[in-house]
Amino acid sequence: MRTLKRCLGLIASVAFTLFGLLLVTFLIGRVVPIDPVLAAIGDRAGADAYARMRAELGLDLPLWQQFLRYLGAVLQGDLGDSVLTSRPVLEDVLRVFPATLELATVAVAVGAALGVPAGVVAATHRGRWPDHVIRLLGLFGHSVPIFWLGLMGLLLFYARLDWVPGPGRVDIFYEGMVEARTGIVTIDALLAGETDIFWNALHHLLLPTAILGLYSVAYIARMTRSFMLDQLRQEYIVTARVKGLSEARVVWRHALGNIAVPLTTVIALSYAGLLEGSVLTETVFAWPGLGLYITNSLLSADMNAVLGGTLVVGTVFIGLNLLSDLLYRLLDPRAR
Amino acid sequence: MNGRAMNGGSTWRAWLSTDTPQSRMQARLGRAWSGWLAFRRNRLAMAGLLIVLGLVVVAALAPLLAPYHPYEQDLANRLQPPGALHWLGTDSFGRDILSRLIHGARLTLMIVALVAATAPVVGLLIGTVAGYLGGWVDAVLMRITDIFLAFPKLILALAFVAALGPGIENAVIAIAITSWPPYARIARAETLTIRRADFISAARLQGASSARIILGHIVPLCVASLIVRVTLDMAGVILTAAGLGFLGLGAQPPLPEWGAMIAAGRQNVLEQWWVAAMPGLAIFVVSLGFNLLGDGLRDVLDPKGD
Repeated sequence: MRTLKRCLGLIASVAFTLFGLLLVTFLIGRVVPIDPVLAAIGDRAGADAYARMRAELGLDLPLWQQFLRYLGAVLQGDLGDSVLTSRPVLEDVLRVFPATLELATVAVAVGAALGVPAGVVAATHRGRWPDHVIRLLGLFGHSVPIFWLGLMGLLLFYARLDWVPGPGRVDIFYEGMVEARTGIVTIDALLAGETDIFWNALHHLLLPTAILGLYSVAYIARMTRSFMLDQLRQEYIVTARVKGLSEARVVWRHALGNIAVPLTTVIALSYAGLLEGSVLTETVFAWPGLGLYITNSLLSADMNAVLGGTLVVGTVFIGLNLLSDLLYRLLDPRAR
Repeated sequence: MNGRAMNGGSTWRAWLSTDTPQSRMQARLGRAWSGWLAFRRNRLAMAGLLIVLGLVVVAALAPLLAPYHPYEQDLANRLQPPGALHWLGTDSFGRDILSRLIHGARLTLMIVALVAATAPVVGLLIGTVAGYLGGWVDAVLMRITDIFLAFPKLILALAFVAALGPGIENAVIAIAITSWPPYARIARAETLTIRRADFISAARLQGASSARIILGHIVPLCVASLIVRVTLDMAGVILTAAGLGFLGLGAQPPLPEWGAMIAAGRQNVLEQWWVAAMPGLAIFVVSLGFNLLGDGLRDVLDPKGD
């Protein structure tokens, strides 16, 4: 009963946040200096045509009625049409989203694979050189502009050393060769049995995910370090050592095992953070994902597309926050 | 002579570090002094302070320091590599990159100062009012805060810039609008821990109004942890502003904004790498400075956090 009540509270708070998200995008759409009527009919139409279009778009209604119309449309999955691609925005967003998903997922995997061990080592070597090195790496990650790092990475590893391929998801002659079933190129290539394309796509992922991953490494390592320091102070650690367990077992099994739950939350949160980093990374690497879609729409003043994209990113962000919250409650018996 | 000067120095120090201060001012200065002593021992924090002070000096003296005018084009000398005449090379209009970076420091400092002067103030007011009054005021204000926190910052800033139109002022507004919620959260948390304190009750019994208690008693206590957070966030503000500039949504050409300069150097990054590399280094150094300074301040002002 208590769990049910808590779940209902959670759902209500998420619903409220989503409602606020819609209100914000609606208001942003209303203060735009672009006249949506002129955008629809052109500036050569007469005054009565203008009035008719204005009524058709519902712009003569009071603001709250306009908002209700907007709310109704969005709930039915109608985000309006994109001026740039003249397709429904939702369709566009669903088409480009897998590319961002692929980028962010590999990046967060890189971040977790490097960040967790780094944080553990920093905690066990507190105040000594591994701790300092990891701290400096984190400072670097928090201070460097990601788009600049991407450009410099391309300059060094692509143009000079030729270790990685250039921008894009696959080499140009592989483009469009596999059927887009999931939209995730690596998986599509495997499904089609095209191992060459799979390796090529993986190769293309290398640099952007390494750079994007650096951000989550910094965050994950810092959080792991502080969780581990908390655990290593506990009495059960002393007991484990007194029992004669090896230091590796104490640290990696007992202490790390106990921080698995908060770590899951941290990783889910940094996954959400990567959505943001992907906007700039996608621009640099010509990665046809949601970030590139939003920025391209912005530059051509395609407001439906911008707001639709913003709404989707916001919803995913809220979803990931909710997921981390639920995971925490589900996995940690103390939170039940 | 020398001996007296040294003697004078040590009396000052004794006065500052006494255990029995005679006045409130002496106590305050003494606390600042011991904080400074702790801060000075932290070499990384000192490096951060020097970088931030350097930024301020460069911005203040930009016309004197810059060897060329930031907009002066010299098409005969386009895309020159770094050399004796142009220490950091020239861009695709033959403009001196070093001079543009020096003048760009003014824009960076202006963005940082404007955001630092608005977002934390708004956040502080919202957070303290919500925390002190509680009840439905708290619920409403914190819900609004949560909605803003639910957006990724850069994406929300992008949407605001889209609505307001590109430009450096609008970029500042967009960054400020997206930056205040964490401050509101921090200020509220601090307020909750002190609002039941005896000295607050005493003030209330003396008839002080809520506004007076919030502004006179609660806000000053929240400032320390907020300063730390603001300093740490400035690195993020610089990166966001540069990102907006890079996307063409922040400062517009020919303004020498560092992010926009990287975007301009992007077309020829593979051949003339310095055009894009130099502004990026400047962004990196300055945001590193703010991060180091923030870390150091945290150790001094807010020893609770790790």
